[in-house]
Amino acid sequence: MPGTSTAPGALRKLAEQIGADIAAPAADAVDREARFPHEVFAAMRAERMLGVMIPPEHGGAGAGIAEVAAAVQALGEHCASTSMIYAMHQIQVACLVRHGESPFMREVLARVAQEEMLLASATTEAGIGGAIRTSSCAVEEKQGRFRLEKQAPVISYGAHADGILVTARRAPDAAPNDQVLVYVPRDGLTLTPSGTWDTLGFRGTCSLGFHLAAEGDARQVLPEPYAAISSRTMLPVSHILWSSVWLGLATAAVRKARAFVRAEARKKPGTTPPAAVRLAELVNVHQQLRATVHDAVREYERLWDDTEALDAMPFAIRMNNLKLAASCQVVDIVHQAMLICGMSGYREDSPFSLGRLLRDATGAALMINNDRIYGGNAAMLLVSKDD
Amino acid sequence: MTTSERIRQILRDHGRLAADAGTLGEDSDLYQAGLTSHASVTLMLALEDAFEIEFPERMLRRRTFESVAAIRDAVAELTSSPGLKAVS
Repeated sequence: MPGTSTAPGALRKLAEQIGADIAAPAADAVDREARFPHEVFAAMRAERMLGVMIPPEHGGAGAGIAEVAAAVQALGEHCASTSMIYAMHQIQVACLVRHGESPFMREVLARVAQEEMLLASATTEAGIGGAIRTSSCAVEEKQGRFRLEKQAPVISYGAHADGILVTARRAPDAAPNDQVLVYVPRDGLTLTPSGTWDTLGFRGTCSLGFHLAAEGDARQVLPEPYAAISSRTMLPVSHILWSSVWLGLATAAVRKARAFVRAEARKKPGTTPPAAVRLAELVNVHQQLRATVHDAVREYERLWDDTEALDAMPFAIRMNNLKLAASCQVVDIVHQAMLICGMSGYREDSPFSLGRLLRDATGAALMINNDRIYGGNAAMLLVSKDD
Repeated sequence: MTTSERIRQILRDHGRLAADAGTLGEDSDLYQAGLTSHASVTLMLALEDAFEIEFPERMLRRRTFESVAAIRDAVAELTSSPGLKAVS
């Protein structure tokens, strides 16, 4: 079962409310100062929104992927950085829920729910580029304890996380692709920041580089190989929730364009403003994006427990295509909205300002570069015969 | 050359393994030996070419290529029913 919470729609409503009341007023400062959206996460913690995907028997609400995607989208309509942090956190939670089945990891899950811990991810590594399915660092196990060091070029909100999931080779003599996923809470971590995070967009994610040193109980190494965790959970949940961020961002742009066209129409009653046709086009593309995201959510829900299908190429190609399509459409949508709003959208001091949305949108194609994803699909399509 | 030997030769040429394909056990895990998903696609194409077969979608699973023995079984299945070998 993909999971169902007791009150359908409740999570989305909370996200809408916190988005409008807290994330929206903070969004410009979060962006300008490239700072973590503390106030939004304090509010979400107070509403127990962080552990919401964890099953009720371990202290969460048992929310499903569709509900979480809707909440991510709702936040994305107000602050893309907040939405992306929430999405990345839920990706880690989903990995623990679906792949942390040992009694030890079940206790960890209960702690994550109880303390409303914020989880981050350290998958990229210096020297391997974006090839996150290989690691250079390795887990060293000795007498039930482990040690691990990783040079991570990016750990989003690493300095603000209560725990990090880290990929590494299974052992010092393991092949680069023989990876495991390791849960490391804050008290088992030493993070030394390297570099800065001064970027065009998603500035509030504070995605600095870090030298990461971790040690702890060897049972923090998730029992399943990362290959299975990646294809069954990390990859689909990432693409679905990232796309939900972009859908939220696109929705915000459409909303501004719509408000602009309405204001124009009110100035000259009885005439259709020239930009109204552009808005009609824009709404068309937005609808396609929404359909693409929702279709992927339904497909993942359908195959949720079908490990054969989740591991197979057609599903991976499909989820990759979601990311490719959504990351391009969001840029098109914001750009179209800019043409509709004209100088009002271009200005940084107008209610129709689209600058931040445009800067955030352009990051979509780069987080796991689309060229790399096309390369992966191209390779799979050499042998996959699924239509 | 036996089927296993041919498979090992193809693994040596296309598998980009960390270990020598000749020293692996029949049931050794090829993914643990360093077979990446990208190299596995090259391996599939090389196997299709060498044995004049075509892997149907249902066989394009991690498990099908996880060991020399698993590949041998898959090849045997596809070469024993010549009328079906190109059907996907």
